[in-house]
Amino acid sequence: MKNYPVVLISTVISPLSLLLVITFVSSGTLFGTAIEGGLIMVFFSSGIALQSDLSHLKNDFKLQDMIVSSPTSSTLYMAGMALAEIVYSFPALIILIILAGVYLQPNLIQIAILSIVLLLMFAVSVAIGFMLSTFSSDVVQSYAFSRLLSLLFATLPPVYYPITYVPTPFSYIAYLSPTTYAAEIMHSATGYLNISPGMIALDWAVLLAVCGVILFIAVKKTRWKDV
Amino acid sequence: MGTLECRQLTKVYQDHRRALDTVTFSVETAGIFGLIGRNGAGKTTLIRILATELEPTSGTASINGIDILAQANKLREKIAIVPQEARAIRWMTPKQTVMSYLLWRGYAYKEARELARESLAKLGLEQYADVLNSRLSGGTKRKVLIATVTASEADVNFLDEPTTGLDPISRRELWAILRDLGKNRFIFLTTHYLEEAEQLAERIGILKEGQLVSIGTLSELRKSSKSQYSIKLSPKSQVPPVQEGEVTIGSSGYTQIMTNEAEAFRLARLLSEKGVKFSITPVSLDDIFFRLVGQKVRDE
Repeated sequence: MKNYPVVLISTVISPLSLLLVITFVSSGTLFGTAIEGGLIMVFFSSGIALQSDLSHLKNDFKLQDMIVSSPTSSTLYMAGMALAEIVYSFPALIILIILAGVYLQPNLIQIAILSIVLLLMFAVSVAIGFMLSTFSSDVVQSYAFSRLLSLLFATLPPVYYPITYVPTPFSYIAYLSPTTYAAEIMHSATGYLNISPGMIALDWAVLLAVCGVILFIAVKKTRWKDV
Repeated sequence: MGTLECRQLTKVYQDHRRALDTVTFSVETAGIFGLIGRNGAGKTTLIRILATELEPTSGTASINGIDILAQANKLREKIAIVPQEARAIRWMTPKQTVMSYLLWRGYAYKEARELARESLAKLGLEQYADVLNSRLSGGTKRKVLIATVTASEADVNFLDEPTTGLDPISRRELWAILRDLGKNRFIFLTTHYLEEAEQLAERIGILKEGQLVSIGTLSELRKSSKSQYSIKLSPKSQVPPVQEGEVTIGSSGYTQIMTNEAEAFRLARLLSEKGVKFSITPVSLDDIFFRLVGQKVRDE
């Protein structure tokens, strides 16, 4: 980060540019949901970025091999690298958190809900990113795949705007992404989406289930050592 | 002083390639052990298994009494590896490279910083400590990796072809460093430079197609070889009848006779009487290696 500060700029551009586009197109009415969408994108993309970054470190620098033969466990390595990824996203996070504080003015319960949802999203994306990185043998493919996953889960689903803006057949497709459930919870918690308590409970259930399943698969299937 | 023991180590990859075949040996974990073999002989597979990166298909090994499979976590506190083709991360400095590795190994920040400084100084890298790795020469980058693993508490260091791709001067500089490091830790290195193994390693193992075909000090390898001496005759010299041993004619026209001690001295006497110019030397690691892995290699 200190050596290549330009990397920080690139982590800011994606979430903030979408935030601006959505805000301008909606004449400011979707500014609140767009802030929440930006936060989802930052957390999800940071986790997914592990896939390409760790693949790069593993294949080009053999870092994973050096770490495997050391007292460091795979969980600690994953957690440390995830922390590094989120540190890289600090500039975007700081801007978005300030905007959320000023514009959304969330109370403590809303802050707790938003924080839990974002951490769950981060955990899911870190688990996916780390697991895929251990299988990857080609850095170019990894970067392409990482961008694709970010696009599929953080850009295309209705996270910057309420799901009610998505026409019916497409909304079913949107529900294939866990970020849709995360956005629904956040949008409803801050009053931008009116859904029944049953629907909110279902959103939480799906989000927790997805998180549990992904973490379970990651623990079981991650290829830390070679075979 | 402990030992590194391999017992019937076998590795068959998923594509059914047998990379190691019942490798069994024991060496003291002191000084430098060199493992040589052609590309694909199984050197990297063996070093990765011993460094707990790869599981063997069958067999096991232990280092200083710690089993590589049953006690892998305990063993990882004692070992460190510079893998083949490892590179110093180019957007980090040598100081950051060494420190981050030490932090991963669980050192406190202050301790890591001090150990990194000491390790870089030991390898003569102080002036590069804060320069980006991407700006360093190939030899210096390699030294950064050596400094990284030797900065830790690990007293068993695996170096997989540490000098591959370096120019002769950088290679010799690294040899001096490794010789020095080998005085107070065990270095297990693989190489396909025979001269490197001969210069650095107290004990040498030779792998051929996944099997360990010989192991020992250079003098033990010579003794176990059928031929202990090499006689070289200049081109067009008349070759006397050889009773025991092997006669080969090199591509530059010289004749080489590899034979046992008694026959070597008989031939030397005979050649001296006839006034033929020749040289007689103990067989080199090259000679032993080529004899063990096959003549075809030498022709290549």
